Amino acid sequence: MNEEYEKRLQAFVGRELNPLTPGQDPVNQPMIRHWAEAMGDTNPVYVDEEAARATGRAGVVAPASMVQAWTMRGYAATVRPAPARRGFDELVELLDEGGYTSVVATDSELEFLRELVPGDHISQQEVVESISPEKRTGLGPGRFVTTLKTYRDQDGEVVATQRWRTLRFRPAEQAPAPQEEPAKEAKEPEEPKALRPRPAINRDNAFWFEAARQHRLVIQRCAACGALRHPPGPCCPECASLEWDTVEASGHGHVHSFVVNHHPRHPAFAYPLVVAVVELAEGTRLITNLVGTDPDDVEIGMPVVLDWLDADPDLSLPVFRPAALEEN
Amino acid sequence: MTAPDTTPATRTYDEVAVGDTLPELSIPLTRTLIVATAVASRDFQDVHHDPELARQRGSKDIFMNILTSNGLIDRYITGWAGPAAVVKAVRIRLGAPNHPGDTMVLSGTVTAKADEDRRVEVAVRGTNSLGAHVTGTVAVQLPKGVEAR
Repeated sequence: MNEEYEKRLQAFVGRELNPLTPGQDPVNQPMIRHWAEAMGDTNPVYVDEEAARATGRAGVVAPASMVQAWTMRGYAATVRPAPARRGFDELVELLDEGGYTSVVATDSELEFLRELVPGDHISQQEVVESISPEKRTGLGPGRFVTTLKTYRDQDGEVVATQRWRTLRFRPAEQAPAPQEEPAKEAKEPEEPKALRPRPAINRDNAFWFEAARQHRLVIQRCAACGALRHPPGPCCPECASLEWDTVEASGHGHVHSFVVNHHPRHPAFAYPLVVAVVELAEGTRLITNLVGTDPDDVEIGMPVVLDWLDADPDLSLPVFRPAALEEN
Repeated sequence: MTAPDTTPATRTYDEVAVGDTLPELSIPLTRTLIVATAVASRDFQDVHHDPELARQRGSKDIFMNILTSNGLIDRYITGWAGPAAVVKAVRIRLGAPNHPGDTMVLSGTVTAKADEDRRVEVAVRGTNSLGAHVTGTVAVQLPKGVEAR
């Protein structure tokens, strides 16, 4: 990206994207009721004067999170463009010029200075706080645009602020990018399209991968002191002997630790990908994947049993599944 | 306190401790919920109500809008804190989209308390079958106790 473009982009920092614009309607009970019903929010202070007064308020209040809704243009925004050209339109054009044609919202940080009550009339203004250098993201190269939306009442007093961050990006693939789609989602495990990365096999660890191809999980054992060790290595960390043999693992163990990998994604793997450190009954630990379980159900200490993943004709690897499933 | 029995109990500042966990709230993400909440928040973008257009834009189906993620977290926290709680901040980061047919489970943990203005910070997380839909923190101001009013 050239310097000239960067300069034009950074010139937007501090600029007003949207001038202070009043919402179409003042804060009102019917819209509050509609919101509370749709959200399933049964807090009585939004609809019941008496209940609101019992909490020390003067009367009903609007849900705090509803502040943004009071200034949304609604259906009109989809059928009639904004009346005047705004800084926002200019910035979007400049980003388009840089190839950043797609957008996802990533962060919203609302701070509330007071509760809104029916009759308040809310206006909103939006100013650019920062535009990041181009970053590599899972969606494609992009820039994070951070703005501050300020909400004011009929007297010009600030009632809330909202820091708003969107990623403006060049879609990584040719597929049209979703608008406002929060992250390329990890769908249900899909057919892997690429081979898993090859293990770095050498003379010290080849026996282990060879055994795996035969669906045998082996553990290296020191021939001198009997200590088990993993990952494979030439020398016993306990007694420094270079003599060793192997024992076959029972295939039982428990989750010592784990992460759920959503991002970044490698095409060989299915996501969400549970990467775990499993401690075997024999005492050694190995890094592996958990299968046959919802990532949300994985817990540290969970008993697991060995299974085999035949990734491709040249690669078989031990994976683990919850032991409880075996017993059911 | 003379509130009628129908008023849900309010949690007081002194009753809350750092490390307290909130009961989980499981929200079935029906198509009607996603559309109704988008409309209630005056968000008529097609990706929140038109499956065909949502697919054309690269999504597998319609998905929940951001105002609703904020609204559901607001509901979750004030549902736990009670009607006297005043929400001071809702800060969220978005992740996997909420599509129809999925379920979002909200969970929360009290992470900080500030005595001077009786503010309680709660770390919240909403997960669906794809992973974390939303993570963030909410700040609420709680009443000191019933005798304080």
